[in-house]
Amino acid sequence: MASTEISTGLGTTVTGLPAATPGPDRGREAAARAGMALNRLFSAVRSNRKASAGFILLLFVCILAAVPGLIAHDPPRAEIYGRSLGPSSAHLFGTTVYGQDIFSQFVWGARETLIIAVVSGVLSTTLSVIMGVSAAYLGGMADNTLNLITDTLLVFPSFPLLLIIAAYLPNSGVVVLIAILVITGYAYGARQLRAQALSLRARDYLEAARVRGERRAYIIAVEIIPNMTPLIVAAFLGTAVYNVLFSAGLQFIGFGNPNSVSWGTMLYWAQNNEALAIGQYLWALMPGLGIATLGAAFALLNYAFDEIGNPALRPVRRLRVKRAR
Amino acid sequence: MRFALRRLAFFLGTLWACLTLNFLLPRLMPGNPALALIAKFHGRISAQALKPLEIAFGVNTHSSLIHQYVDYLRNTATGNLGTSLSQLPTPVRQIISNALPWTLGLVGMTTVLAFLVGTGIGIVGAWRRGGWLDNVLPPVFVVTSAIPFFWIGMLLIVAFSLHGPHLPSNGTFDNTMVPAFNMPFILNLLQHALLPAAAILITSIGLWILTMRNNMVTVLSEDYIKMARAKGLPGRRIMFDYAARNAMLPSLSGLAMSLGFVLGGSVLVEYVFNYPGLGFWLVQAVEGEDYPLMQALFLLITLAVLLAVLLTDVLNALLDPRTRTAG
Repeated sequence: MASTEISTGLGTTVTGLPAATPGPDRGREAAARAGMALNRLFSAVRSNRKASAGFILLLFVCILAAVPGLIAHDPPRAEIYGRSLGPSSAHLFGTTVYGQDIFSQFVWGARETLIIAVVSGVLSTTLSVIMGVSAAYLGGMADNTLNLITDTLLVFPSFPLLLIIAAYLPNSGVVVLIAILVITGYAYGARQLRAQALSLRARDYLEAARVRGERRAYIIAVEIIPNMTPLIVAAFLGTAVYNVLFSAGLQFIGFGNPNSVSWGTMLYWAQNNEALAIGQYLWALMPGLGIATLGAAFALLNYAFDEIGNPALRPVRRLRVKRAR
Repeated sequence: MRFALRRLAFFLGTLWACLTLNFLLPRLMPGNPALALIAKFHGRISAQALKPLEIAFGVNTHSSLIHQYVDYLRNTATGNLGTSLSQLPTPVRQIISNALPWTLGLVGMTTVLAFLVGTGIGIVGAWRRGGWLDNVLPPVFVVTSAIPFFWIGMLLIVAFSLHGPHLPSNGTFDNTMVPAFNMPFILNLLQHALLPAAAILITSIGLWILTMRNNMVTVLSEDYIKMARAKGLPGRRIMFDYAARNAMLPSLSGLAMSLGFVLGGSVLVEYVFNYPGLGFWLVQAVEGEDYPLMQALFLLITLAVLLAVLLTDVLNALLDPRTRTAG
C-alpha cells in the first residue's frame, strides 16, 4: 500500500504514511494497524468539508497528471501552430509566441509539478521522521547533534538558501531540484515529530516492548511511528504546500530544466516573453492557477486535519445563542 | 541566565554555520563554477579588487584550506565583501546599502500591516464564533496562502496596471522625478509600492488571521473569561483586554520572527515588479553568476533572521513570565 505511485488520488495522500515500516517478521501487524488508520483517514475526509474540497482539487490534478494524453491531443512542446493565437476551439487557451498549444502544455505540465511536490514531500517527511524520531529515541549526544543540525537549517531562510544552492548547480535537472527541496524542507517536520516522539517515549507499551526484548529498530518502526501517523501526514501535507510553491518559484526564474513541461517552466517562458504585455494572458495565468490549485489542495487537507486533530478549532454551527451579550 | 547563554551560543553557532556554508559551497560544488568565472575577470578588475575574491573562492591560492578559511572570515568580519562581478566595478557593499532601504520599506511596512489587519480580523472572527467572518475568511485565506505570491503579482499587473487604473508595475518611482521630500514624489513612491505590497499582503495575511483566531478560540474557553462574563463586563472589554491580550503572545513572537524574514522573504515579488530591493538583487546575482554579491546577500538575510530569533526570545521572556522559568 505504501507505493509512491501517483496514478490515483488515493495513492498520493497515502504516501506520507509509514512507508518506512520494514518490519521483517511482524510487518503484517503494522500494516493492519496502518490500514485502520487509513480507514479513519477516509471517513474523516468525507465528513470535513475542507478536506473534501482539498481532496477533489488534488484528484483533479492527479487526473491531469495520470492521463494527459487523453485530455489534450496536441503535443505540448511542438512548435507547429500559428504564433500567439488567441483562444479558439482548436486551441482552447491560444498558443505561445513559439506556436505551442497552451492548453496542452497546461495539461501535460501537471505531471512534473505533481511529481516534484509529492516525491520531495515524501522524501523530506521520511527524513523528518528519521531525524526527529531517532533524535528523540536515542537521546543524549545523538539528540543534541541531530537537533543542532535541524535547528540551524530551520533558521536559514529557505528560499534564498534554495536559490544559492541552485546557483552553484546550473543546468541541473529535476533530481537536483528535489534533493535541494528535501534538504531545506525537512527541518520543521523533524522538530514537531521529535516533540511528539519525546512525549511517546515514556509510555508503558514502549516499556513493555523493551522488556520483551525487541530490537530498537523494531520499536521505532512498529511501535512508535504508527502512533504518530496523524502528525506524519500533517508534516507531509505541510511540506508539500511549500514544495509546490518553492519549486514553482525556482522554475519560474529558470532553474531545473527549462525545456521540461511543468507549470513552473511555463511561467518562466511566459515571463521571459512578456506574455502579459503582449496580451497572451492565459499563458501566464493558467500555469499559476494550476500551481495554486495543487497548493490549495494540500493546504486545505492540512487545515482540515488540524481541525480533526484539534476539535476546538472546528467551525461552530448551532451556537449562535451563546454570542448574546 | 543559563537559558540566555544557551541562546547566545546557538546564535553564534548558526552564524558560524552560515559563514562556513558560504565558504564551503563553492568549494564543494563540482568543478568550482566560481573558478572559471574569476579567471574571466583577470585583467578586467584591479589585482587589489581581485584578491578578496580569490580568497573567498579559493582560486589561485597555494595556501591551505584552513589558511583560506581564516582569511575569508577576517575579510567578512571587516566588511570587505568584495566587488560585484555583474555590476563591475561597484563594490558589493554599495549595492546592498542602496537596496536595503527599499526592501525594509516595502516588505517591512507590509509585514507590519499584514500583522495588524490579520490579527484584528482573527480577534473579531474568533469572538463572533460562527459569524460570517469566522466561517468565510479562514478557508479563503488557507487557499490564498497556498498561491505563489509572484503569481498574485502577475494577476495584479493584469488587473490594475495593464487595464483599469494603470498603476505602475515597475521600479520604485518614475524616472522623470527627482527624489525629494515633497508630496508628489511621496505619492509616486506609494503608487509604485501599491501593487507589490498588495501581492505580499494578500498571501501573508491569512497566516496572521489563522494564528490569532486559533489562539483566541483556545483562550476564550478559559475559566477567567467565563468569570469576566459572569461579572458582567462589557463584551468589548473581555474581547480586547482579557482574551486578545493573552492570545496575542504567539502572534507577537511570530511578528518578531517574520520581521527577520523580511529581508529575504519576498524575493520573487521584487523580481516580478522590478523593485530593486535585496531580493531583486539576489535573483540578479544568481542569474548573473555574481557569487560575491550572492554570498553577501545570503549572509545578510540569515543574519537578520538570527537577530529576529534573539529578539523573539527576549520578547517572550519580557511578555510572558511563564517562559522565564523554563530555562
